[in-house]
Amino acid sequence: MAGPRVIIIGAGPAGVRCAETLVAAGIRPTIIDEGRRDGGQIYRRQPDNFTRSYSTLYGTEAAKAAVLHSCFDALRERVDYLPETLVWNISERVVYALRLGKLVELPFDALVLCTGATDRLMPVKGWNFAGTYSLGGAQVALKSQACAIGRRTAFIGTGPLLYLVAAQYLKAGAGVAAVLDTSPWSLRLAALPKLLAMPRALFNGMALTLALRRAGVPMYNGVTPLEITGSGEGGVSGLSFKDARGQAHSLACDAVALGYHLRPETQLADLARCEFQFDAATRQWLPRIDPDGRSSVHGVYLAGDGARILGANAAEASGRLAALAVLKDSGHPVETDVVDGQRRILARLERFAQGLRQSFPWPAHFAANLPDDAVVCRCEAVTVGELRRVVAQTGATESNRAKAFSRVGMGRCQGRYCGNAAAEIIAHAADVPIDQVGRLRGQAPVKPLPIAIAEDGA
Amino acid sequence: MTAASDVIIIGAGIAGSAAAFFLRQRGCSVTLIERGLAGQQASGVNFGNVRRQGRRLEHLALSNRASVSWRRMRELVGEDIEYIQEGHIRICYRDRPELLDNFAEYAGEARVRGLELEIVTGTALRQRFPFFGPDVLGGSYSALDGHANPRLVAPAFARAAKRNGAEVIENCEILQVEKAGEDFLASAADGRRFHAPILLVTAGAWGNRFSTQFGEPVPLVSHGPTMCVTEPVPYSIRCAVGVVTPVKEEDLYFRQIPRGNIIIGGGPRNPSYPDLCRAYVMPRNTLNQFKQLRRLAPELTRLNILRVWSGVEGYFPDEQPVMGPSRTTSGLYYAFGFSGGGFQLGPGVGDVMAELIATGQTTTPIDMFDIGRPALSATA
Amino acid sequence: MSGRFVRLAESARQAVTIRVDGKPVQALLGDSVMVAVLTAGGHLRESEFGDGHRAGFCLMGACQDCWVWTADGERLRACSTPLTEGMDISTRQPETTWPDHA
Repeated sequence: MAGPRVIIIGAGPAGVRCAETLVAAGIRPTIIDEGRRDGGQIYRRQPDNFTRSYSTLYGTEAAKAAVLHSCFDALRERVDYLPETLVWNISERVVYALRLGKLVELPFDALVLCTGATDRLMPVKGWNFAGTYSLGGAQVALKSQACAIGRRTAFIGTGPLLYLVAAQYLKAGAGVAAVLDTSPWSLRLAALPKLLAMPRALFNGMALTLALRRAGVPMYNGVTPLEITGSGEGGVSGLSFKDARGQAHSLACDAVALGYHLRPETQLADLARCEFQFDAATRQWLPRIDPDGRSSVHGVYLAGDGARILGANAAEASGRLAALAVLKDSGHPVETDVVDGQRRILARLERFAQGLRQSFPWPAHFAANLPDDAVVCRCEAVTVGELRRVVAQTGATESNRAKAFSRVGMGRCQGRYCGNAAAEIIAHAADVPIDQVGRLRGQAPVKPLPIAIAEDGA
Repeated sequence: MTAASDVIIIGAGIAGSAAAFFLRQRGCSVTLIERGLAGQQASGVNFGNVRRQGRRLEHLALSNRASVSWRRMRELVGEDIEYIQEGHIRICYRDRPELLDNFAEYAGEARVRGLELEIVTGTALRQRFPFFGPDVLGGSYSALDGHANPRLVAPAFARAAKRNGAEVIENCEILQVEKAGEDFLASAADGRRFHAPILLVTAGAWGNRFSTQFGEPVPLVSHGPTMCVTEPVPYSIRCAVGVVTPVKEEDLYFRQIPRGNIIIGGGPRNPSYPDLCRAYVMPRNTLNQFKQLRRLAPELTRLNILRVWSGVEGYFPDEQPVMGPSRTTSGLYYAFGFSGGGFQLGPGVGDVMAELIATGQTTTPIDMFDIGRPALSATA
Repeated sequence: MSGRFVRLAESARQAVTIRVDGKPVQALLGDSVMVAVLTAGGHLRESEFGDGHRAGFCLMGACQDCWVWTADGERLRACSTPLTEGMDISTRQPETTWPDHA
């Protein structure tokens, strides 16, 4: 008898470990990934004709990257791997994908969503000028293409990625104008007991900070971004901010890397009709899952940062757990202590992630002070003032309603980069709790879909 | 607690919101009650066609009346609902030339009823509508039709009604309606109660829940339209476009808005779930639209779509709404089940229902929409 | 400005020539379209809504800010499309033209 048809979406750490566990149990899963190569974002592999070493590319995480890549390489013959494939819809237990311009329909018995995360953004006035990139984007430029996003890059936002990318830029010889953290230093001290759950990660983070300081990079904590200066034609020319004591500063730069930790990519879970719940700790809506990654929909599982922002190590553990859940639910024998072992790893990493959240909180309070002329939705070029006007005049206090009236979140990115901030702006303007603002519903296609696909497909 | 007014309206879609607005113009006190938010269902998710041509001839009087309101919309509701009066063209393909004769015949009948249409073929068609593919044979053009943003219209009517003194209550689900003495009593899930001597049911796909409580069950079913929107491209298609065909798969329509996006609808309908207030676009229906677009306007297939959507629409077997007084209960009125064609009619429906309720009669014939018509009783 | 992106390593790759807005641009095999365009110039496209040039944002295929055109009117997402020799990229949205079906 053929085993269950299992589809894994995403070939990052969660997807690869999920596949490995399934293959070990004799199942041949299909792995669908949008990337050209496996590794996801964190362990993104450079193009074939690039020659930088693992340690150059991944620093302290080089060994983990190498292990994950070789794990995947060893699986290649025992999985059906579809790279460069976009899953654009899920309906009635069929995955609809676009592969090299053609339509692919894949029915499944079990679906494991390992869709990863993208940067979480809070607008700054001027962030629509050419030369502002997400922090993750700045890192991809370096990791995948050996480029810096500018000659002098200012890093602003919060989270571990802020220091990591700035340090990687410095090491690679790029100009770093400043590292500006919106979180006050005191929060990191308060979070220390939780951060000690992962002493090595904590040490690595401190080493990055030290390297930046030693190189003379201006570093501030507890800042408030004021404006990215520049022009629509010429792009970014500088950045102004207030320091923790309220003193205004401005600096010259031709690029800004901006990000406030991460948000999970949950559109596919939404299309699969998984239930969501509000997570007060991160002020985001997350798919409801059990400890092993089972969603509210039978046969649909979630793992990695696409479910909870817990980082790459946790992604590997949760990928294994989701695979074990698939196996158990389809009648395969699963050893309880194996499950318990992975759950324990996850619990420790959850504690560390709590520490990170506490150290580098999402600056919800910035939403109240954003100037009316700042753009909130980059795709549709809708300003904060327009969103506030819609809330005030139409009484729209729910995300989808405000979207319908203001077009915030209606553009190409489907609200990935404005949705979190727009919810905070609505909550503040309407004076309602953030959980009552709700979340933008995911709508197919998950990413822009060429009308020409029917040519070869349907 | 019981709140009183002259008229209770259940359902703040475009029909109910417009009715509240026009009833206020006639001096009636109104309580407009909506389970969710105004215009969130069929009124908000439809294509946005403000089209008269192609409707049944006996519906044109109502449609013309609505057209008057559409042209005055900014003045009526006090805001821009993105109404674009740039015309509407219905076309047929080369494999059905007989449809051109139908267009001409219809144009003659429509002219008598106040709707001017122009048959366009050959070089004129290519010059004026260069986006059509070679398989398009000809069309019927209606200069005074157009399109509007459906997300904005019902909420704008509801706000205008509120400014003019209507009580507009959102997020209030009415479960039970009954007539107690001279008054109707409407009881909400949250315990609120409303009473009035007149009750107007404009509850769209959920209308049957209320008509049934007065002994008038109707064979109302729900479907979801298939909609999608492209990325923005230069604004070059002003009129709304639709295909006339007996084949459901070939049914396609589109319109471009000044921001540049092209909104596409048509083709087989989707399953909808009135209990969840949701409908989901079947991926195959989206792909069918792509295929049809290659035939209708091939250049547009270079674009990407950004988003698909659907919604819950109520349909009757004869695809005509129920509109008019109840047969069982005096003071009770209905206007629901517009079967995918209610957006353009909406302002006219509100206007006519207000007239009917305030004066006891209407100058616009609506007899064919009677809830007691045979087409509804046979399967009810 | 000459180029927005700065190459820091991997410069020994094979040279490839593409065209951007009609002008030849030197790039390297393995570059994304985005990198090829932005090491030579300052932007990828113009915002449709009048707020100036755009040069991409996320580089991971999520934000959709980096869609460019080819000379024959096809759409490409610059961050996720590797360049190929002879590519002809336009950073300006082409005017709408319709073929003659008369």
